[in-house]
Amino acid sequence: MEIGGIIAYLVSLIIMAGIYAVFTLGLNIQWGYTGLFNIGIAGFFCIGAYTSALITTPMPSGIYAHYVHQIFGLNLPFIFGIIGAAAVCGLIAFFIGIPTLKLREDYLAIATIGIAETIRLIFNNERWLANGPRGLMGLPQPLQNLIAARNYNYLYLVIVLLILVIVYLAIERGIRSPWGRVLRAIREDEVSAAMSGKDIFYFKTQSLIWGSMVMGIGGALYAHYTKAISPDVFTPLYGTFIIWVMLMVGGSGNNKGAILGAFVVWGIWTGTKFVIDLLPTTLKARAFYIRFFLIGILLEFILIHRPQGLLGEEKKISKMMD
Amino acid sequence: MAELFVYGIVLGSIIALGSIGLTLVFGILRFANFAHGDLMTAGAYVALFLVTRLFNWFGIPDNNFGRLSFGWRMVFAFPISMMAIATLAIILDRLLYRPLRRKKSPSVILSMAALGASFIIQMTVLILWGADSLFYKPGILRPAIMLPLGIKIRPDQIFIVLVVFLSITVLHLFLKHTRMGKAMRATADNPELARVTGIDTNRIILLTWGIGGAMAAMGGILYGIDVQLHPGMGWGFLLPLFAATILGGIGNMYGALIGALVMGVVQQLSTAYLLPTYKPAVAFIIMILILLIRPQGIFGGRL
Amino acid sequence: MSLLEVTKITAGYGETDILQSVSVELREKEIVAIIGPNGAGKSTLLKAIFGLLAPKKGSIKLKGEEIMGLSPDRIVRKGMAYVPQVENVFPTLTVHENLEMGAFIRTDNYQNKLDEIYALFPMLSKRKSERVGKLSGGMRQMVAMGRALMLDPKILLLDEPTASLAPSLVGTIFGKIIEINQKGVAMMIVEQNAKETLKISARCYVLAMGRKVFEDSGEALMKNEEIGKLYLGG
Repeated sequence: MEIGGIIAYLVSLIIMAGIYAVFTLGLNIQWGYTGLFNIGIAGFFCIGAYTSALITTPMPSGIYAHYVHQIFGLNLPFIFGIIGAAAVCGLIAFFIGIPTLKLREDYLAIATIGIAETIRLIFNNERWLANGPRGLMGLPQPLQNLIAARNYNYLYLVIVLLILVIVYLAIERGIRSPWGRVLRAIREDEVSAAMSGKDIFYFKTQSLIWGSMVMGIGGALYAHYTKAISPDVFTPLYGTFIIWVMLMVGGSGNNKGAILGAFVVWGIWTGTKFVIDLLPTTLKARAFYIRFFLIGILLEFILIHRPQGLLGEEKKISKMMD
Repeated sequence: MAELFVYGIVLGSIIALGSIGLTLVFGILRFANFAHGDLMTAGAYVALFLVTRLFNWFGIPDNNFGRLSFGWRMVFAFPISMMAIATLAIILDRLLYRPLRRKKSPSVILSMAALGASFIIQMTVLILWGADSLFYKPGILRPAIMLPLGIKIRPDQIFIVLVVFLSITVLHLFLKHTRMGKAMRATADNPELARVTGIDTNRIILLTWGIGGAMAAMGGILYGIDVQLHPGMGWGFLLPLFAATILGGIGNMYGALIGALVMGVVQQLSTAYLLPTYKPAVAFIIMILILLIRPQGIFGGRL
Repeated sequence: MSLLEVTKITAGYGETDILQSVSVELREKEIVAIIGPNGAGKSTLLKAIFGLLAPKKGSIKLKGEEIMGLSPDRIVRKGMAYVPQVENVFPTLTVHENLEMGAFIRTDNYQNKLDEIYALFPMLSKRKSERVGKLSGGMRQMVAMGRALMLDPKILLLDEPTASLAPSLVGTIFGKIIEINQKGVAMMIVEQNAKETLKISARCYVLAMGRKVFEDSGEALMKNEEIGKLYLGG
């Protein structure tokens, strides 16, 4: 393989890892800092991706309208797609939070599974919403006119990394503020936190909303990278589970850990592809499942032998405590 | 409508096998076992292997019993699969949950481990059988019996309901009248007091997983007989299972049974108004409603 | 003859030490009271003795045999039983089933013991098939104690047996405690209701802030004015 090919491959690798890193950061706000067991990431992934897609594509017209159905199409630039994705996810998180955040952790978990499933079912069956199972294709890419198509990924890489850095810095600011300290207190011991007069529900809701908004951004980034989305992308496996593995591997409660985990696990995921190539052909068809099987084993291993992940939780949480 | 109701009872019976096991685990081990649905999947597929492959090699006859869709093979497959999955559940406990319990990990971490186990089981099934839907006996005719009110029901389905109720009766007798059964109930009530009394909680835990796993396997096989097998079937059962368990009250076996029947019926009745694929969503909505209105369930289990 | 010798126990949860170098003793057939203000570590002491909590330092000897570090289900087989303060019954099981659970590790026919317990607590014999969760506090306490007695223990540890009971029942429970003691069971009782307990105790230890601050016979303690003011609530 020539060097150009290798670099291009690496670029696509880093883009995907970067996108997943955004998701992992979002999950870290909810789980790492607040202790919310959200197994419905795929739901926000889905909504973020679809919202951005719908905002940035035009309403299908003419013959096209027979094949593609959308609830709306605003044909706005990418930046609006991102903002819209975050906003809609935040809104939906707010409404989801009302009935579910008062629940115990494992009940919250099962509720989030239900939410993600329901979202996926709706997008899959309601054609008028976003073209049902066929999904949306031909999604525009930001600034695509500026650069030749075969080099576009380099530009997108910059965009993804830029957004990742912005999100990371924003979260770091938030976590080190008094607000962030309350979140941590809630995760450590909800009862004492409640007794010190903080409105637990309010803080949990905020955490859910901010985390979901970040996940929405991730969804938008994903959509515009792959240029085509459909409901079967947002499965519990690809859209939720792998992100959990990333966070647990990297270190929950640690933003750097979240990013590291995303890159490490994505690296392992991609790495297994090469190992699988060495297998006999009969197994190759099931390669995907073998790889995910290994990811599952990785999670169990981490949970039992190193639950704090690679980097462990962040020790210093407040600027004032340095 | 009436037919949907009847089919709802059939579906509910299958769900009951899972939800009873789930509530036992919830009550005694105090965590949400997200792998429970996939124990059902594993049971169904082990039986598939036995019925379509292994018993083939042994030359066990393949004819059906009368109007049922299965024969001797399935009769042997049931207990073997149940034992296999009981063992699988115990192995999972030894490998995953017990080490975490020893470290006093919070129940959320155990649930996460269970989630991982659920995916590992699903991937194993996908690796061995692929993603297509399969049947115990492809291309079989499914003759129906006519009941009053013009309800059509298949002999298989009558069998399912009978088997489930028989099993639950046996379990009830076990829990109510045997020494170990009472010890299980005691441990579910108050694990620390059970230790204080000298009850070997480790044995109780093994027994819980054994029973839970065996019943889940039965449920999976019955679903495979009634409908089909596909790798995501257990995951698809998760929401109805948890909804049934919560509806009945965590830790309450009879509640789990009633909850399961209710869930089965409601899900089936919903198909009169919604697409069948929305059934899990229906289960989910009901679960949310219960959690909001009466989180301890009908019979007031553990919160 | 010393049945139970607790020597310089230091124990706690996690980093904090609740008990600091506490030593107590229980002799055959006697009733010993452990009293003191809230948070003194009285319940913790019983838990440490029964193996529900592993002490960091010290020794616990039962009939001369070191039992520190053993788990509760091993200790209960050596003739010591424990009744926790709260959650001391199996609520969804019936009265009879609770007693049966008490006898779980017995391999012999224990019908005699059951009859004995029902004779000791006649109100329970009328309610054999009722779920304990539905019974009143006083009944539940009796079930809890009956359950512990099913194994014929030589030593019974009671953690606040009259806590949250109506005053009228306190006397009844103390009466039962005396009856049980007369059958030859030595008891170590942690109590808030100090006065009543002292009346029936041979000896008494006063714990405060995790340390033993006083020990004497029950009678002497009752007459001691200073202790009376500080710890007996007048």
